[in-house]
Amino acid sequence: MDATIAALLTQDGLTNGSIYCLLALALVLVFAVTRVIFVPQGEFVAFSALTLAAFEQNKLPGTVWLLLALAAVAAFADVLSRWREPKRMLRSIAGTSLPSALAALLVWGVASAQMAFSIQVLTTIAAVTAMGPAVYRLAFQPIANATVLTLLIVSVAVHFVLTGLGLLFFGAEGVRTTAFTSASFTLGSVSISGQSLLVYAFTIFLVIAMAVFFKFTLFGKALRATAANRTGARLVGISPNFAGSLSITLSAAIGAVSGLLIGPIATIYYDSGFLIGLKGFVGAIVGGLASYPIAAGGAIFVGLVESFSSFWASAYKEVIVFTLIIPVLLWRSLTTTHHEEE
Amino acid sequence: MVLRLVSAATAAMFIVSAVHAQIKVGVTVSATGPAASLGIPEKNSFELLPKTIAGQTVTYIVLDDASDTTKAVTNAKKLISEDKVDVIVGSTTTPNSLAIIDVVADGETPNISMGGSARIVDQSNPKARWVFKTPQSDSLMADAIAVHMKANGVTSIGFIGFNDAYGEGWLQEMRRSAATAGIKITTEERYNRTDASTTGQVLKLVAANPQAILIAGSGTPAATPHKELVARGFKGKIYQTHGVANSDFLRVMGKDANGALLPAGPMLVYEQLADSNPVKKVAKEYVTAYEAKFGPRSTFGGHAFDAFTLLNKAVPEALKAAKPGTKEFRVALRNALENVKDVVGVHGVFTMSPGDHNGLDNRGRMMMIIKDGKWFITK
Repeated sequence: MDATIAALLTQDGLTNGSIYCLLALALVLVFAVTRVIFVPQGEFVAFSALTLAAFEQNKLPGTVWLLLALAAVAAFADVLSRWREPKRMLRSIAGTSLPSALAALLVWGVASAQMAFSIQVLTTIAAVTAMGPAVYRLAFQPIANATVLTLLIVSVAVHFVLTGLGLLFFGAEGVRTTAFTSASFTLGSVSISGQSLLVYAFTIFLVIAMAVFFKFTLFGKALRATAANRTGARLVGISPNFAGSLSITLSAAIGAVSGLLIGPIATIYYDSGFLIGLKGFVGAIVGGLASYPIAAGGAIFVGLVESFSSFWASAYKEVIVFTLIIPVLLWRSLTTTHHEEE
Repeated sequence: MVLRLVSAATAAMFIVSAVHAQIKVGVTVSATGPAASLGIPEKNSFELLPKTIAGQTVTYIVLDDASDTTKAVTNAKKLISEDKVDVIVGSTTTPNSLAIIDVVADGETPNISMGGSARIVDQSNPKARWVFKTPQSDSLMADAIAVHMKANGVTSIGFIGFNDAYGEGWLQEMRRSAATAGIKITTEERYNRTDASTTGQVLKLVAANPQAILIAGSGTPAATPHKELVARGFKGKIYQTHGVANSDFLRVMGKDANGALLPAGPMLVYEQLADSNPVKKVAKEYVTAYEAKFGPRSTFGGHAFDAFTLLNKAVPEALKAAKPGTKEFRVALRNALENVKDVVGVHGVFTMSPGDHNGLDNRGRMMMIIKDGKWFITK
């Protein structure tokens, strides 16, 4: 191995690590607010890349049907649970099913009018983000007070449902989207693609944006309050349902952008999201599912380990990456004091 | 008189329905999961198949094994014990096909696999006497590649393959073929079907500076190292296996596929075959029917069709010995399958023997080159 190869591997590791980092941040966000280990996080990544790819091939993205299905089921659930209180029922429908239905309409409009690339990109983000409220309403709102284990089991179930729907609506084949920029820069003997620079830039932007959001905005403070103490937050007028829905919607948005960023670099399948999400999860675990900066660092470290182990011992790459979690868990369980779940 | 006629007719109907036992074909394919791009055209092809063989009704019981070995085993057990099938077709991938060998041997049910590796029908394993397969074996294809390499003056190659039984099978066959042709394998790398990046492996391959690189992957996941090699400016020849012979691979590769070489079955390019080639007519009929209903052709669907072609030949023989649904019929069917001769399928001409449960010869393979998103037979 010489310096050039090391530099190339580092670059590759940083690019993948940045994507894991985005997902790790989303996982920490959702876990902090709702105590859900959000396994389906990766699905948003895959759906976003697949949606944009369908736009590019002038096909109607399967996202339309996915959104309509989510909207219909969520509306049905609202009618079923709130039919005695029409006002609350309508408000709930407006908050969960309406965004999905509108997004479906938007996707359909953009696809049939074959609009410009930039509009397709924005529509993709909107469409995937709109899945957030419906997913929360259907899967997690009814059991918001359940134990972490129950929430995890439901989360795994949601992952399987979404993957299945993904296969149904997008098909089994992988896609690659066109890069946002074909520019590339040369640094010594290493050429860096514009796309990977975009990935770095967005990751840094998101880390800063999340810090600002949680520190200075009302919504951010409300989310933090819910994360710290659900009952307390409720007493001062923060709706835990709203906080949960908002956090999953935000993580869907992060997933959507991650999908757009990784689409041109890797072939994405309907089920690719899981493994990407799992590596983000390893990163998030390093941060104890609580600290954003440590989770971000952990995720980047996962990317680097993956890249270098694929060079030295490609047959054992996944083994090495997922074995990382063991020393981290050991260290964490030795350094933190155990306390019973309330 | 009328009464007698009616009762005679009724009796005759009863006899007919008793003789007219149906043949049950159990199918397990990987219609979902990482091998779905192979399994779906196979599943589609079963919809095109005739519903009778030699006047007997055929029922196809198609199950999905989700590209998962455990699920494939469960499916095979279910087909044998609950549905009491006469033959099992499947599974799609090498790992899944290897996994169900024990089940079909214990259940004494013939099995026609659609997996690629020669190991599936390796007759040194006594249980594999129940197992046949339609796709060209990796050994046959590896020889084709080695011959092509040698003819083009390639003496050193790099290898990157799936980190599973498919890649492993190819690596072993390629080691053997390369040694025979006097070609050196400089680097052996692995990757997973689901990997987002193969930069590390590709850098290592390119660093060894081989004249050609063989990618042993199937479906669109085989595009990942290929695109990376092109991006890293690898100047040598890039060989793929017949696992990539579908239109989705071309779509994902785009212009990066230009110049890639691969061995594949004749079905893929039946238009370019000589009229004297017996495969041309059969392949044309199948591909026309498939494309009219499901879109672009895929060689994997052809493997399913060939499984039917073999059954179509073997079932009439087996019917002479016993009735469907019995153990005797399954034994007779196995024997008949082992003795088929010169059966023309879409992937070549099958002639089985106790030592060869694949039966394809050199007519089942040709080297192709990809140019501008199309397959061409190399001269």
